[in-house]
Amino acid sequence: MLLRHTPKEVKERNALTVNPAKTCQPIGAMYAALGIHACLPHSHGSQGCCAYHRSTLTRHYKEPISAATSSFTEGASVFGGQANLLQAINNIFNVYEPEVIAVHTTCLSETIGDDLPQIRKKAINEGKIPEGKYVLGASTPSYAGSHVTGFSTMVKSMVEFSEKTGEKNGRVNIIPGWVEPCDMEEIKRMAELTGVKTIMFPDTSGVLNGPMTGEYKMFPDGGTTVAELKSTGDSIGTLALGEWCSAAAARELDKKCKVPCRVLDIPIGLAATDRFVDALRTIAGVSVADELAFERGQLVDMITDMHQYFFKKKVAVAGDPDQVIAMVEFLISIDMCPVYIVTGTPGKKFEKRIRELTDDLDYEVKIKVKGDLFLLHQWIKNEPVDLLICNSYGKYIAKDEDIPLLRWGFPILDRQGHQYFPTVGYKGGLRLLEKILNLLLDRKDRDAEESNFELVL
Amino acid sequence: MTIIREKMVQWDPVDIKAKLIAKYPPKVARKRAKQILINEALENETPEITANVRTIPGIITMRGCTYAGCKGVIMGPTRDIVNLVHGPIGCSFYAWLTRRNQTYAGPDDTPDNENFMNYCFSTDMQEQDIIFGGEKKLAAAIQEVYDLIHPKAIGVFATCPVGLIGDDIHTVAAQMKEKLGDCNVFAFSCEGYKGVSQSAGHHIANNQVFRHIVGENDVPKEGKFKINLLGEYNIGGDGFEIDRIFKKCGITNISTFSGNSSYDQFASAHQADLNAVMCHRSINYVADMLETKFGIPWVKVNFIGAHATAKSLRKIAAYFEDQELINRVEEVIAEEMPDIEAAAKDVGTRTAGKTAMLFVGGSRAHHYQELFKEMGMKTISAGYEFAHRDDYEGRQVIPNLKVDADSRNIEEIEVEPDESRYSPRKTPAEIEALAGSGVDLKKYDGMISEMDENTLIIDDLNQHEAEKLVELMKPDIFCAGIKEKYSIMKLGVPMKQLHSYDSGGPYAGFRGAINFYHEIDRLVGSRVFSYLKAPWQKNPELTAAYVWE
Ligand code: SF4
Ligand code: SF4
Repeated sequence: MLLRHTPKEVKERNALTVNPAKTCQPIGAMYAALGIHACLPHSHGSQGCCAYHRSTLTRHYKEPISAATSSFTEGASVFGGQANLLQAINNIFNVYEPEVIAVHTTCLSETIGDDLPQIRKKAINEGKIPEGKYVLGASTPSYAGSHVTGFSTMVKSMVEFSEKTGEKNGRVNIIPGWVEPCDMEEIKRMAELTGVKTIMFPDTSGVLNGPMTGEYKMFPDGGTTVAELKSTGDSIGTLALGEWCSAAAARELDKKCKVPCRVLDIPIGLAATDRFVDALRTIAGVSVADELAFERGQLVDMITDMHQYFFKKKVAVAGDPDQVIAMVEFLISIDMCPVYIVTGTPGKKFEKRIRELTDDLDYEVKIKVKGDLFLLHQWIKNEPVDLLICNSYGKYIAKDEDIPLLRWGFPILDRQGHQYFPTVGYKGGLRLLEKILNLLLDRKDRDAEESNFELVL
Repeated sequence: MTIIREKMVQWDPVDIKAKLIAKYPPKVARKRAKQILINEALENETPEITANVRTIPGIITMRGCTYAGCKGVIMGPTRDIVNLVHGPIGCSFYAWLTRRNQTYAGPDDTPDNENFMNYCFSTDMQEQDIIFGGEKKLAAAIQEVYDLIHPKAIGVFATCPVGLIGDDIHTVAAQMKEKLGDCNVFAFSCEGYKGVSQSAGHHIANNQVFRHIVGENDVPKEGKFKINLLGEYNIGGDGFEIDRIFKKCGITNISTFSGNSSYDQFASAHQADLNAVMCHRSINYVADMLETKFGIPWVKVNFIGAHATAKSLRKIAAYFEDQELINRVEEVIAEEMPDIEAAAKDVGTRTAGKTAMLFVGGSRAHHYQELFKEMGMKTISAGYEFAHRDDYEGRQVIPNLKVDADSRNIEEIEVEPDESRYSPRKTPAEIEALAGSGVDLKKYDGMISEMDENTLIIDDLNQHEAEKLVELMKPDIFCAGIKEKYSIMKLGVPMKQLHSYDSGGPYAGFRGAINFYHEIDRLVGSRVFSYLKAPWQKNPELTAAYVWE
């Protein structure tokens, strides 16, 4: 057994996390910053954090991830990292020539108490930031929140660019949340089909799912441009997808530039996508495009055709709050039973929301907020499930317990496709169902006796 | 944007060096110039390079941190010590199963089957722990680990904030060790900001393993020719292959530091009669300490490359001065070589004359040149990520190394000969005789002396220089780590990750060499890199629209 020391009996743990279902803030900030065009993320701390974040994002995307670090030594850790950051800013603008440097802090620089706004002011005064270039800052110590809050904080700091000229630009801001580059593309496509002009930020499409052409661009063509970020202050409104990842930025923009916002779930699954499309429709004052209605019909078709295989199947889900909320709603809507739900990100709102979604179900739903995969595994040992939905780390549980695993979330280190094929929208719903069905039916075929092994399923 | 226009046939290293640093601000350029060396034959000495110095803030480096070197590299591969990371969650999350160290713990129902390597243990420090201190939480976490799984040992690893807030992890560990009674608890002050790279972490890990584990088990280990293999991490099963060869030769490997290792192996390491050092950079400290305390000499070996493997085996056999062993080793080499020669001959028809660049680690950039040589390939540029000058120039420079502010704080532990167990395995006369016959103990000549004239040796190569270097010299293959992989690949240049290989292996030993030949053959010869341009990009001229004929 791979996880041979995981006992069935659950003991309360207060100090120890085993097999976490979250990671630290800066990696989220780094991912978000890669969604700004020509932006170099910068990790203000020792170089190890940056190396780890880059490696993990690289393994997830199989794409180059450029990011710099302040490379603290012991001296910097004692006396503060201002000199390192100033030097870094100067070197970065000289050598890599980005439009924007998006600095995020780490546990180390936060513990020291480095003051980013003050260091930035100094950089400006000393002429280290060339004309027309920008340095953005986000405070992301990992002894609070998780990678999810780090993402949210960096997105919120992007609002700093917004300007209110008084003249509306006729666009709707969409803050997509922590979704894959292809999901961002898909969300833009749906908006375009509905006739809504958008500014999406951040936007990693074209950045982290780039082509192989024999050229290397440290700053690929994709990403939200500074001009677009400025213009977000003149938009008609903002759709923030996901309370955890996107709402803070949307509210900040409302506060700063009076751009009204609506917070929706990430459009994963039928109902969440319906709400997203409906919101787009009302904002634009148009009727929903036939293409979208058609895609919706296809999704419903697949659900009804294959319902027998979904019905009453027990599922364990581990992931990030925004994603898990949408996923749980989707699973319930197709009559699957999400019985165990774990997220590593702290926050009471999550449990409340899941309780609302699962309240009238006739089975028990176990939820652990700030839970870990060790606990999830113990639950499974006590009462098995038919399907596990988790990032790649779930494969150790899946193999030990012989349960099909739907790789979903972050990071996915051992399979491909997440960067190319969306799981949002109606088409994304179809893809999720296809994947779930394949897993369940492959299992059915594998386990079938010769006498009941069937061609047609 | 970088595109490789055409392949350079002739390059001028001086010109390339100038181009690598042209874009830097003057201060950075001056510093980097000292870390870029054009190899030239000097009379009786190796040219001097600057290494093991600070990374420049803002310059995108390949390096990681001290914690990564300590917990990730050295302690990570030991299966039955719980690695408890004291700090916020990230550091422990990223070091969770991301190196491809393999281990064999045996089936579930065997005794001593512990394997904690698939687990990630963390105190997940929160804001109140940072403000009020994390010692209580650490003690409680150690207790919870113990209650949950009763390990024989728990190693505690400090991450950056821990040192700053002043948690005394060593005292907590000692107290918990005493409280638990049957569990050895020790700690590593491997905060990431210490030193200038992973290297400091290796040193810290070496110290603590030596201090807390080595020598703990005196129950005699059987074996006629007992060695320890130092600096081998069983990435992709490398250590399994080396162990297979040892076994075939009749050599007993008491302890590998630290691939496929266990607590008991470390505890028994003092029973070996020779330390065979693979990765000099990461583990020479343990080798030296084992010699001082127990009288076990060490010899540099390299099991990367079939010929290097044969040479290393012969060295070990010669050390033991036993004709039977010497004969057996020759038999094994004779048995293994034909397959290798056949593979090299076949692959060589496609790889000979091709060029490679290697920028990795603290020994691999040197060792893997052997494999390329066996395939007829030439290493045109190489460098380490975190090595010191002795790894480049040879150990003779050690007395002249200046200890700078960053290294001064890394503990050097004073070791004395063990009162009862010190026993020099060789007399000074024997050592001299061995040296006379080509078995130099405690000797490593470094990378530079084995590289051709006019090759470029670059320490702590960074993203900008890597891109330029590839653009200017277009190697047929580039070897570095995962962070560098895809920017090189985008240029259409095959890239082999040489830290943990990404996939494949083993590449060590005899069978590993064959695997490597095939892997490189696949990479440098594959058609898949020929699709970068679409037909309409290759032939853009237009014909009339909608004309079929
Ligand atoms: S120190 Fe903090 S920011 Fe750095 S890797 Fe660890 S948890 Fe993440
Ligand atoms: S916080 Fe320190 S120990 Fe952790 S990854 Fe960053 S540099 Fe390394």
